[in-house]
Amino acid sequence: MSVAALLRHRDAALALIIAALIGAIGLRAPVFVTPESLTGVLTDTSFLFMLTLAQMAVILTRGIDLSVAANLALTGMIAALASRAAPGLPVVGIIGLSVALGAALGALNGAFVAFVGIPPIVVTLGTLSIYRGVIFLIAGGAWLTSKDMNTAFLAFPKSTLFGAPILIVIAALVSLFFWALLNHSRIGRGLYAVGGNPVAARYCGIDLRVQQFLVYTLAGAVSGLCGYLWVSRYGIAYTDIAQGYELTIIAACVIGGVSIAGGVGSVPGALLGALFLGIVVNALPVINVSPFWQMLISGAVILGAVVINARSERRTGKLILRGARTTDKGARA
Amino acid sequence: MAVEASPQSSAPLEIAAPILTLTGVSKRFPGVRALHNVGLELRAGEVTALIGENGAGKSTLVKILTGIYQPDEGEIRVSGAPFICTGPRDAWAAGIAAIHQETVMFDELSVAENIFMGHMPLAMGGRVDWTAMRQKTSELLKRLEADFEANTLLKRLSVAQKHLVEIARALSHDARIIIMDEPTSALSAREIGDLFAIVAQLKRRNCAILFISHKFDEIFQVADRWTCLRDGEEVGQGAIADVREAELVRLMVGRSIEQVYPKREVAPGAVALEVEDLANASEFDGVSFQLRAGQIIGLYGLVGAGRSEAMQGLFGLSALTRGSIKIDGAKIKIGSPAEAIRAGIAYVPEDRQIQGVVLPFGIRANITLASLKAHARNGFMNLAKELQTTKKFGERLAVKAANWEQKLFELSGGNQQKVVIGKWLASGPRILILDEPTKGIDIGSKAAVHEIMGELASEGMAILLVSSELPEIMGLADEILVMHEGRVVRRFMRGEASAEMIVSAAIANDDRRDPLGATEAPQ
Repeated sequence: MSVAALLRHRDAALALIIAALIGAIGLRAPVFVTPESLTGVLTDTSFLFMLTLAQMAVILTRGIDLSVAANLALTGMIAALASRAAPGLPVVGIIGLSVALGAALGALNGAFVAFVGIPPIVVTLGTLSIYRGVIFLIAGGAWLTSKDMNTAFLAFPKSTLFGAPILIVIAALVSLFFWALLNHSRIGRGLYAVGGNPVAARYCGIDLRVQQFLVYTLAGAVSGLCGYLWVSRYGIAYTDIAQGYELTIIAACVIGGVSIAGGVGSVPGALLGALFLGIVVNALPVINVSPFWQMLISGAVILGAVVINARSERRTGKLILRGARTTDKGARA
Repeated sequence: MAVEASPQSSAPLEIAAPILTLTGVSKRFPGVRALHNVGLELRAGEVTALIGENGAGKSTLVKILTGIYQPDEGEIRVSGAPFICTGPRDAWAAGIAAIHQETVMFDELSVAENIFMGHMPLAMGGRVDWTAMRQKTSELLKRLEADFEANTLLKRLSVAQKHLVEIARALSHDARIIIMDEPTSALSAREIGDLFAIVAQLKRRNCAILFISHKFDEIFQVADRWTCLRDGEEVGQGAIADVREAELVRLMVGRSIEQVYPKREVAPGAVALEVEDLANASEFDGVSFQLRAGQIIGLYGLVGAGRSEAMQGLFGLSALTRGSIKIDGAKIKIGSPAEAIRAGIAYVPEDRQIQGVVLPFGIRANITLASLKAHARNGFMNLAKELQTTKKFGERLAVKAANWEQKLFELSGGNQQKVVIGKWLASGPRILILDEPTKGIDIGSKAAVHEIMGELASEGMAILLVSSELPEIMGLADEILVMHEGRVVRRFMRGEASAEMIVSAAIANDDRRDPLGATEAPQ
C-alpha cells in the first residue's frame, strides 16, 4: 500500500501521526520513549480511553453527554465517603457500587432524553451542574484526601495483573466490551442504525428511545467505574475533580473520526483519538512546552480533524449525486 | 363567493400581449424527460390554469420559472425581453413570484420581516429601516384587505393568512406574474372564497396568474385559460369557456398503456389481511378492504390523498382512532412497526432516502436491518447467516454492486430501492406494502421491481401497491381503490375501469364537500 493510500485510511493516518509525534518527542527527550514512560502515559490515558468509547456510543445515536465528568466526580466522592463510613467494604463492592450509581445517574439522563424528549445537550448540561452541586452538598464542601481512604481502596489502581497496570487491563476489557457491543451485537447494529438514519430505523422496528436510554445508562456506568478509579488513583475527592474533562473526551471522539452528526465512528478510531490527546497532554510538559501551548495544539488538532471529517463527508456527497444522476431524484413533482 | 372577475368577455384578452412566453422549453434529468418542447403564454389580467397528472411536469415548470432549474432548451421571454433566470433574485427582478403549496416562510418573524426578507429597506449606515418597512407593509396589507398587522408574528396566522403574506411579498417586488401552486390545498371553503377575491383583485391590477390545481371546480371558477401537460409535453391549451371537464380529463390521462406488465394470473388464496373502517385523527377515515394471498390491491389517488398515511397507520407508525385489522382472520392490534413486522407485514416506504436506506451502512447491514433478531444468536450478529440472506435477496433482486459490503451511498437509486425491497423481503412478510416502489428509478430497475412483484404474488404474497402511476396500477393491480381526501371513494376490479374513470374518481370533483369539515389552520 502506498503512503498516499494509507493516508486515505483515516485510522492508519492517525496512527502514523501518533508514531511521528512520539518519534519527534523522543528526539528531544529520549526519556519519554522508554517502556516505563510509555506505560505511564497509557496508564494515565486509561480514563480517557474508557470515557471516549462511552461518549462515542452516545454520539453515534446523534446525542451528546456533557455530564460524564460530573458523574465521575460524584460517584468518586460517594465511593470515598462509603469507604470511609464502612472501611470493611471490599474493593469489589466499591467498584460494584460505583458502576451501579454511575449507571443510575446516566439512566436519569437517558430517561429525560428518551422518554421526556428533551435535547441531550440541554439535559446533560443540567445534570452536569446538578451532579457537581450534589458533590458539594454531600461532602459539605470538604476535600477527602488519601488520609480519609483505607489502604485497600488506595492500593487497587496501583496494582498490576499479569505484569500490566490494572488500569490498562480494565481499559482493555472495557474496549473489548465496546468492540463486541458495537461491532458484533444486535444492540450495536441498532445504535449505528438510529444514528445513520433514525427514520429508516424506526420503520424497521428499532425503537430510538430504547437505544437512547441504553447509551446514556452505559455512559453513566463507565463514568461511575472511572469515578472510583480516579479518586483512588489520585487519592483525592472534591467538587471540582475532572472539571472540564468532558470536553477532552468529546475532543478525543472528534479527533478519532466519530461524526457529531451520528452513525459514524469506530472503536479503534476513538481509541487512537484518545491516545493522541493522552500523548499531547503527557509528553509536552516533558519537552518543556507550556500548558497553554498544549491547549493551542489540542485545539488546532480538533479543528484539523473536523476539516478532514468534513472533507470525507463531502466525498460522500459526491457519490450520492452520482447515484442520483442515474435516477431522476426530485426531477418530477 | 366574491368572484366577480370570472370569465369576462374574451375580446380584450385576445388583444393583450403576453407578458410571459415560453417557447420550446425542454428539461431533461438523467433517465427522465421532465419537460419536452413546452410552450406557455401568460397574459396580463388573466388567470391561466396549468393542469396535469402527478409527475406531468408542472412542478418542474414552476421551478424553471422561479430559477431553481435552468431549461436545457427553449426560450423564455418576459414582456418581450429574453429572460435568463439563475436564481430567485432574477425571478423577482423580472417580476415573477411563486406562492407554494406549503408556505415556506419564517414562523418566528413578523409579517413585515417575512414580506421584506431579502430586500429590507435600509436607512443610513446599512441599518434596517423598520419604520419604512412597517409602513410599506401596512400599505400592502391594506390593499389586500388583510385583517392582521405588520407586527404580527407569522406563527399566529392561519394558512390562508399566510398566503396573503406571500401575495403581499409578491406585490412588494412589484410582481406582475404570480404563480400559485395548489394554493387552496390547505384552505377551508370560506378561505378559498377570500383567496379568489384576491385573485380577482390581482387580475384588475393587470397581474398574470399561473394557477396550478387538481380541483376542476376551482379551475372553472377562477381561470380564463388552460394549458395541459402530460408526461412533460404540452398537450393542449385554450380558453376555459370553450372546454368541458371531460375533455380536460381525457387530455390529462390520454395515453395508451404501452408498457407491458408481467401480470401473472394468480388464483387468489385465503384472506390474508382484512382491514375495516381504519381511521386516524386527521389523515384518513373509513378505509376498508380485504386482501387475499397472491392478490395485488392498488391504491390510487392524487398526491396528498392519504394513501401513504393509511398504510403508515396500518404499519403502526401513527395512532389509529378507529377500525380493526385482522390477519388470517384473527384480530390483532398494531401499535408499532415492530409489532407490524412480527405480524408479518412489511412496508417499503415512499421516500427511499429518508425512510428506506441507511446510507453509511453496507448492503448486508441494510438488508438484515428489519430482521436483526433472526440474524442474531444470543444477542450477537451471525455474520455468516447475514451474508447468506444478503446473497439470497441481493441475487434475487439483481442488485448491482461490487460486493455485499458496498456502502449504500455508492449505489444508484434503482439499486438502493432493490436493497430496501430486499430488506423487507428478508423480514419474511406475508403482507407486503409497496409505497411508490418505482418512483424515481430507472426503467431497468422499474421492470425488475414489476417482475418481482409478479413473482411474489404467484408465491402467495399479499401485496398492497400505492402508486401514482396509472399504467402501473392498471397493469398490476387485481383491485383498485381510489382515495380522495383521506377516504376510499371508488373501487374497481381489474379491467373494469378506464384511465379516465380512475382519474375522475381521484379528482372527486364533488360539490358536496363539507365546508365545515375543512381545515382551519394546521400548524
